[in-house]
Amino acid sequence: MTKKQKKVLIRILVSAVLLIGIMIVDAQMEFHRWFALGCYMVPYLIIGYDILKKAALGVWHRELFDENFLMAVATLGAIALGIFQTGDFEESVAVMLFYQIGELFQGYAVGRSRKNITALMDIRPDYANIEGTDGLEQVDPDEVEIGTVIVVLPGEKVPIDGVVIEGTTTLNTSALTGESLPREIQTGDEISSGCVNITGMIKMRTTKEFGDSTVSKILDLVENSSMKKSRSENFITKFAKVYTPVVCYSALALGILPPLLQMWLWNAPAAWGIWLPRALNFLVISCPCALVISIPLSFFGGIGGASARGILVKGSNYLELLSKVKYMVFDKTGTLTKGVFQVTKLCPAEADQEAELLYYAAHAESYSNHPISRSIIEAYGKTIDHGLLSEVEEVSGHGVKALVDGIPVAAGNQKLMKQLGLSWLEPDTAGTVVHVAVNGVYAGYILINDIEKPNSAKAITGLKAIGVKTVMLTGDSDRVAKDVAAKLGIDEVYGELLPADKVERVEALIEQKPPKEKLAFVGDGINDAPVLSRADIGIAMGAMGSDAAIEAADIVLMDDDPAKILLAMKISRKTLRIVYQNIVLALLVKLACLILSACGLVGMWAAIFADVGVMVLAVLNATRALRTRRL
Amino acid sequence: MKKTYNIEVDCANCALKMEDAAKKTEGVADATVSFMTQKMKVEFAEGADIDMVMRQVCKACKKVESDCEIFLS
Repeated sequence: MTKKQKKVLIRILVSAVLLIGIMIVDAQMEFHRWFALGCYMVPYLIIGYDILKKAALGVWHRELFDENFLMAVATLGAIALGIFQTGDFEESVAVMLFYQIGELFQGYAVGRSRKNITALMDIRPDYANIEGTDGLEQVDPDEVEIGTVIVVLPGEKVPIDGVVIEGTTTLNTSALTGESLPREIQTGDEISSGCVNITGMIKMRTTKEFGDSTVSKILDLVENSSMKKSRSENFITKFAKVYTPVVCYSALALGILPPLLQMWLWNAPAAWGIWLPRALNFLVISCPCALVISIPLSFFGGIGGASARGILVKGSNYLELLSKVKYMVFDKTGTLTKGVFQVTKLCPAEADQEAELLYYAAHAESYSNHPISRSIIEAYGKTIDHGLLSEVEEVSGHGVKALVDGIPVAAGNQKLMKQLGLSWLEPDTAGTVVHVAVNGVYAGYILINDIEKPNSAKAITGLKAIGVKTVMLTGDSDRVAKDVAAKLGIDEVYGELLPADKVERVEALIEQKPPKEKLAFVGDGINDAPVLSRADIGIAMGAMGSDAAIEAADIVLMDDDPAKILLAMKISRKTLRIVYQNIVLALLVKLACLILSACGLVGMWAAIFADVGVMVLAVLNATRALRTRRL
Repeated sequence: MKKTYNIEVDCANCALKMEDAAKKTEGVADATVSFMTQKMKVEFAEGADIDMVMRQVCKACKKVESDCEIFLS
């Protein structure tokens, strides 16, 4: 609790005790009306002096209709009624008391959840270690210049992006990615700030200033996210501006019109004592606080919860949009697949010759840096004896020929085989094929594919289960595209697209769909920037340390796990569900109270309870958005 | 020209009022107040004297919500 809140708490306790005391004595001795007023004014002023002061200031500044003004009018009105009619004063003290308790609770609850959320996002390093004349010196990360050598001890956060120049260690990246998968680090590796050093001491040279480092960028992004307001927030803001004056004028009408009508139309005595309290009740319920507080709090909670799982959402509006996504468009390479080529099948012409096939192919390809060649060499796994090689000749667009241990080997595509006058086996699955001929005889082929990420299929299935249509775009051949799509269960697939075609495709998809259903594009952020910005929501993945991705996308997944897309959708839907619950709850309760108090069925106590109670419920409900572990 | 200021405000509705007041101040192109992070982001109109404008923003905010604080540095 802050100092301010403690002071309010003391005032609440003192005035509550005084109120009860006075009520007991009053019941026994039956004070004279004016003496009672004097007694009740003591707790009233103790609990309400700041409200009265603020109300007076508000009137002075012509800012009517703020909650202080309403509370002041309602309670002073009740006191006036007490003087002239009922002789009861405890109600206005109690109302003021309840109001302050509500305010205190609200302040406390909001403060708590704010702290919870910011604690989740607290990856800000406090200091950086610089080697000084006598041991390590702790300095403000802001003061460290580019190229400075800093030391990170085990257990400390990496404060600034940089390159390791000495030492090996394991880093915990969970603060950035939400997954506590340790990463092995060696000299020469680039590391991002925000990771926690687990095992060994490392020295690193900074490559960025603190302000440009990953950790600052992320913090900046998340902190600013609540500035981009969602449509629900804007709706509530507009609603609040209308709601309060409307209720106030209704209160005025309720207090004045019925008694006047009674007097003029029926010549009955005006029942001011009935209608004025009802009007005052109206005022008490008129603050739209529950709504105004709970909606941004829910979004803030959702964004905080998401960031704890390595999903950065750049604004409440994007979280809201994401929940309405009905079309999820994926880039293939690097998003659903690993973007790394791997040998997936060895198919020798004669049975059991797999090892030989790989041996010859790996040697023939050993001088090439092409990703396909690299994947064959990696699959071979053993060291290549370059001494065995001679007369290596690359046949552009066809493949490679070489003598391996004196035996002529050719590895390449169908064209190469045709050139050599050999017949080849036609592969039955999609992928890149390398045919191999050894000593002038066809030896078989090697199938190379970009393999799917382990969670891709699960993510697609999950998305389809929540009613999202999946589309895949790729620059790869139609055959490969269809093959991958079939394996993952993707609904629609478009292959052989140039980057510009992808934008066109996405535009066509946006055209086709009803405007209320949103389209999201997921890419790896490096060359997808135009598509990311064209889609209703751009999601970039694998962004740890990639500035381009953080810039271009609306939602950034820190690691490259496609399951996070599904998680992000679930978080957004949960958050929106909470937002709607709060809007409906608050409006219904307020409306019910307004109607009931207009009919005189509830008193001011119930009114204040409705106001405070709804707000507390809404705030508690909003904090649920923070919890994302079980989604 | 955009700048972010730390603020102190107790209720969400008051934050909305501050936002409104800041937006209406001369020299301010746009303003957003985040109650959650207790921050005010002000986009100044071109050629505006930032110190002067912020003093006006403070005044306007105090007027709508006497209990608020804007930390100018």
